[in-house]
Amino acid sequence: MGKDTQLNIWEVFIQSKSGLPYIHAGSIHASDEKMAMQNARDTYTRRGEGTSIWVVPSSCITASNPGDSEMLFDPSNDKIYRHPTFYVMPEGATNI
Amino acid sequence: MKKEEALFKYLLRLADDSLILGHRLSEWCSKAPFIEEDLALTNISLDMIGRTEALLTYAAVVEGKNQTADDLAYRRPEQNYYNHLLCEQPNGDFAFTIARQLFQSTFEFFLYSELLKSKDETLAAIASKSIKEIKYHLQHASDWTIRLGDGTEESKIRMQKAVNELWMFTGELFEMDEIENALLKSAFAVDLVPIKIQWQNKIQQILTEATLIVPEDDYMQTGGRNGIHSEYLGHLLCEMQYLQRAYPDAKW
Amino acid sequence: MADEIKFQKRVDNGEYIEAKDEMPEEYRRHLIRQISQHAHSEVIGMQPEGNWITRAPSLRAKQILLAKIQDEGGHGLYLYSATETLGISRDELIKQLHSGKAKYSNIFNYPALNWADIGAIGWLVDGAAIVNQVSLQRTSYGPYARAMVRICKEESFHQRQGYEIMAKMMSGTKEQKEMAQDAMNRWWWPALMMFGPHDTNSPHSSNAVKWKIKRETNDELRQKFIDKTIPQAELIGLKVPDNNVKWNAKTNHYEIGEINWDEFHKVINGHGPCNKQRMNHHKKYHEEGIWVREAAEAYSKKKLERESLIQA
Repeated sequence: MGKDTQLNIWEVFIQSKSGLPYIHAGSIHASDEKMAMQNARDTYTRRGEGTSIWVVPSSCITASNPGDSEMLFDPSNDKIYRHPTFYVMPEGATNI
Repeated sequence: MKKEEALFKYLLRLADDSLILGHRLSEWCSKAPFIEEDLALTNISLDMIGRTEALLTYAAVVEGKNQTADDLAYRRPEQNYYNHLLCEQPNGDFAFTIARQLFQSTFEFFLYSELLKSKDETLAAIASKSIKEIKYHLQHASDWTIRLGDGTEESKIRMQKAVNELWMFTGELFEMDEIENALLKSAFAVDLVPIKIQWQNKIQQILTEATLIVPEDDYMQTGGRNGIHSEYLGHLLCEMQYLQRAYPDAKW
Repeated sequence: MADEIKFQKRVDNGEYIEAKDEMPEEYRRHLIRQISQHAHSEVIGMQPEGNWITRAPSLRAKQILLAKIQDEGGHGLYLYSATETLGISRDELIKQLHSGKAKYSNIFNYPALNWADIGAIGWLVDGAAIVNQVSLQRTSYGPYARAMVRICKEESFHQRQGYEIMAKMMSGTKEQKEMAQDAMNRWWWPALMMFGPHDTNSPHSSNAVKWKIKRETNDELRQKFIDKTIPQAELIGLKVPDNNVKWNAKTNHYEIGEINWDEFHKVINGHGPCNKQRMNHHKKYHEEGIWVREAAEAYSKKKLERESLIQA
């Protein structure tokens, strides 16, 4: 018997309600995009969990490296001026 | 024949198709080519058994003899089953199951699209829920027909063989008898003459895309609509009705 | 060594480990073994219940059972996905199952002989599994924990449908009651064995607890199951097949007789009633599916080639 195939891996993102973000649900195997869509539907929306689905071949996803996480994410920790609470408003100011 | 009687029989015909084919699909559970497809086939089976429940519940009301949907499903003898012969054919290989799905789902797609307009409100309501499911079944079956037809040499041979072998059961899908004609007059049932042409066109289109050959109309096997079945149905019902028949007093 | 200390610190802090994070090789191996065993169990578990799909006694029962087995398949799939994040393919996992390198839960080597077995499997087998799975929602490997959260959400109906079948049969005819008790007698002890050997004899436990892969010990989990299940049995009139069951008011736990560990080891080593049958079934349909999977791949390749021709 030659190399078996279990088809390619696809990542599945589900939008649970119109207007909400798409959230990673898990992955499935499929040989083409139509099959990926159907398998994602049959696997991850059996209980009305979704109104919309994205499927992406796993190989197309680039993930950040854990080793880079300090470099990537720590520098934003002290940029507190990006948050509205950083600013002092005069007493009595409303609607701002 | 009284109108209720005709409607009762018509509902049984619709219900029996979905029950018997749904049952056949359920036999695939844990046997599909890969796990995702196992889930897909089960979903289709669940749609069909759910539809059966709605149709038989209504049939029991129309009959008016205090029977339940389960009585109709589990206590009815073989010769009072009216499904198409196509639906009771054993699963065979995956190609065979897909070809059977393709023929039946295409038929159901056009049939239920028309039933949406039935003057019988309950039937129209059942159709409006079912048609969404059937669209998906048709998509699933046609995608796989194309994949297998235009896949490897082996899959092409298997798919063509399945199409050829099942072809003789497709003539029966479009038969009209006095029951259907009577219900057609009151706009309850569907005229199958135009549906035959729509079915042929759609099947031609899909098989062509799948690089398969459309079989010539030759001998057509019929009988299901009158309760004359292949030998397979008896065995299927033996299994399906086993507990209800072995323990007639029990509630499950 | 420094890495291992750093890793242990992360685990101790309650951090979740993600797929690309550094982890000790033994942690990775342990996870692959545990998660894939779990995945295979879900998939092989489809067979005993599948044995009754075509004989389910009502349209309602048929739909419930189908949906439940479909869930088991889905859970197998989620868990295969979680295992794949550790760098092993599903092909390889299935090969390991077929070669005997990977195991699946012993419980599925027992046969489902009457309709009440479907009740017993849902109530006792899924009930035991849930105790374990609830605990695993906090397991330290992120993809595994997330799969468990989804699984627990979906599983909650499984145990209830099993208990419903048992309750219905216990309030039914004489034959139905006999079937229910017969199922209880055959599934009770194997369900208790699902939690594995006593903690003192469990070869994989210590690292698994240290790394928070396993959050509670075999015996702790088993006791939880016993305590919640015995009153449920009594409520519907089922007898627990153990003359040594008694309530200990001091510990607030039930005590039970000794589990037959010889049987446990016999079944693990391949001599249960259905070991061969389950594996042959899986191999047979896996092999019968090869031409379908190949065709799907071939078609997708052709389609991509055609598309690139059009673009060129």
